[in-house]
Amino acid sequence: MNTMLKIASLGLIATATALIAAAPQDTKTPDLKTPDLKTLDLKTLKGAIKIDGSSTVYPITEAVSEEFNKVAGKVRVTVGVSGTGGGFKRFCAGETDISDASRPIKKAESDVAAKAGIDYVELPIAFDGLTIVVNPKNTWCSSLTVAEIKKIYSASGTAKTWKDVNPSWPDKAIKVYSPGTDSGTFDYFKEVTVGKDGAIRSDMSVSEDDNVLVRGVEGDEGAIGFFGCAYYFENKDKLKALTIDGGKGPVAVSTKTIEDGSYAPFSRPLFIYVNKKSAAKPEVAAFIEYYLKNAPKLVSEVGYVKLPDAIYAKVASNWNARRTGTQFTKPTGEAVTGPLANVYE
Amino acid sequence: MATPRSTATRLLTNRAFLAVCLLATNVAVVVLAVLLISILWQGLGSLNWNFLTHAASRKPAEAGILAPLWGSVWVCTICGLVALPLGIGTAIYLEEFARKGRFTRIVQTNIMNLAGVPSIVYGILGLTAFARMFGAFGTSAEDGGFAIGNEESLLYFKLPFGSSVLAGGLTLMLVILPIVIIATQEALRSVPKSLRSGALALGATPWQTVWGITLPAAIPGIMTGAILAMSRAIGESAPLLVVGAVLFVLNAPENLMSDFAVLPLQIFNWAGRPQDEFHAIAASAIIVQLVALLAFNGIAVFIRQKLQKPLQ
Repeated sequence: MNTMLKIASLGLIATATALIAAAPQDTKTPDLKTPDLKTLDLKTLKGAIKIDGSSTVYPITEAVSEEFNKVAGKVRVTVGVSGTGGGFKRFCAGETDISDASRPIKKAESDVAAKAGIDYVELPIAFDGLTIVVNPKNTWCSSLTVAEIKKIYSASGTAKTWKDVNPSWPDKAIKVYSPGTDSGTFDYFKEVTVGKDGAIRSDMSVSEDDNVLVRGVEGDEGAIGFFGCAYYFENKDKLKALTIDGGKGPVAVSTKTIEDGSYAPFSRPLFIYVNKKSAAKPEVAAFIEYYLKNAPKLVSEVGYVKLPDAIYAKVASNWNARRTGTQFTKPTGEAVTGPLANVYE
Repeated sequence: MATPRSTATRLLTNRAFLAVCLLATNVAVVVLAVLLISILWQGLGSLNWNFLTHAASRKPAEAGILAPLWGSVWVCTICGLVALPLGIGTAIYLEEFARKGRFTRIVQTNIMNLAGVPSIVYGILGLTAFARMFGAFGTSAEDGGFAIGNEESLLYFKLPFGSSVLAGGLTLMLVILPIVIIATQEALRSVPKSLRSGALALGATPWQTVWGITLPAAIPGIMTGAILAMSRAIGESAPLLVVGAVLFVLNAPENLMSDFAVLPLQIFNWAGRPQDEFHAIAASAIIVQLVALLAFNGIAVFIRQKLQKPLQ
């Protein structure tokens, strides 16, 4: 009886060891060649794609993943929403294949990736416009210059009432609304108004949920707020969007002005980052190919603004060449700013 | 010198006190009623069978909660199956067997403190201990760790756990363990000493006393604690987000190593979208979450009814 047990347990241990030894060899793909997608049959393609990152980019990636599942049903795509920073943390540790980002990768994050031996391909996929809105009962203000916005939002700005911004406006208190200070939206707004080292005032009504900002501005005559343009487009009847004067006269927010870059400086690019090692897996390569091909259509469908065709062409050629690294940080570590069309090549 | 008060004043004070208590109770009831009515009003319209059986979608009309619903069920089941035996066992040891001394005092203080730790801290602990396993098995099953079985089979197992339902369930277990322990201790303490003494005097071993007398008498209190703990577990999202719960996944979990989504995360995402249609299905998902919560509590109530022995 005892010997029987011993033999059985020995057998179990042996099988387990064999399984452990065999498992890693099956899954490793050491060669980094670009998979040939023409000979690939999407219907039988298997594998898993792990995506994490920005909740702003999430609706786009969700739409692409949903459609991709219809053509390649056996590939398991999962998308998380850890936020741009949280997503990069996992991406740079090699835990995810693709990272959604509402801002370019930072120098510090890129350094972590380099240390872990991770190369990445940077792909802009859409624009998100920031809309500056006021209450519809606000009859005096319909346009602001960037300098005036800075006066309202910066910590050193002195504007407590609308009169402080422009002497011809009424002496009414300004109530300031803003998205959460951890969000990419806030980061971008801060960078283009008060600059990287400036500070935004702290006496604002802040909410992580942009719908709360919509309701706040809707119910307060002296209010001003900003958020992603999708929230304005859904609430056009309750809010009044301001035209923005970036130096070339006032420009109204619309998909057209965001796409052609004239709505400056409040249109920002959204990105996905692809791990180069993962890009060698046929399922990831097929997914990105599908992503870029369908982005213009799906991006507009979920409320964002597509990039100009010329930029999509550049993105595709950079992807095909598997061009690694970011174009938004100079070798000196300084961040590159400016309209996407001028910066991205 | 105390002023003698008339009976009328005393009765008035009594009535005023009653009114204040009634008001306090009604505040809670009214808030709950408003919440339930507004959620039902918003969410009932889009709640149908398709909503329960469809995966996430960018189109609100086609979107469903198949994956988050089953993700929540898996995670909470794992959490309950691990946390309840561990927590009740710890409490029995501390109350019935351990000698009161420095060691038990330190353990007791620690448990009290742990009950007050914000859940996101447990998320970080869960990420390190369960999802990454301190890096002892490399960064993933493909890279330094190992895996047994096929990814699609029920018995698939890998080390480290990664962002799987098992890692999520164990992390939630950490969150509710102190609550379970404290509730169980209170329940055991409320069992009269005379019952234990009686059992021991009749020659029962300490084990027989605990199993046959103390524990059955304490079951109502323990199960109330379990209900509160599980209610907390099903509503948690912060620690799971840290462990790596995802939002978009097409299938319900297939094994302990599957990626998973949970209901609170999906509700938060839908409620934050710009389109009104998403807010409606967020309300529908809240209804489903409430029903799931009631189901879990129903199980606890069922166990309470089954195991409860009246004190006589």
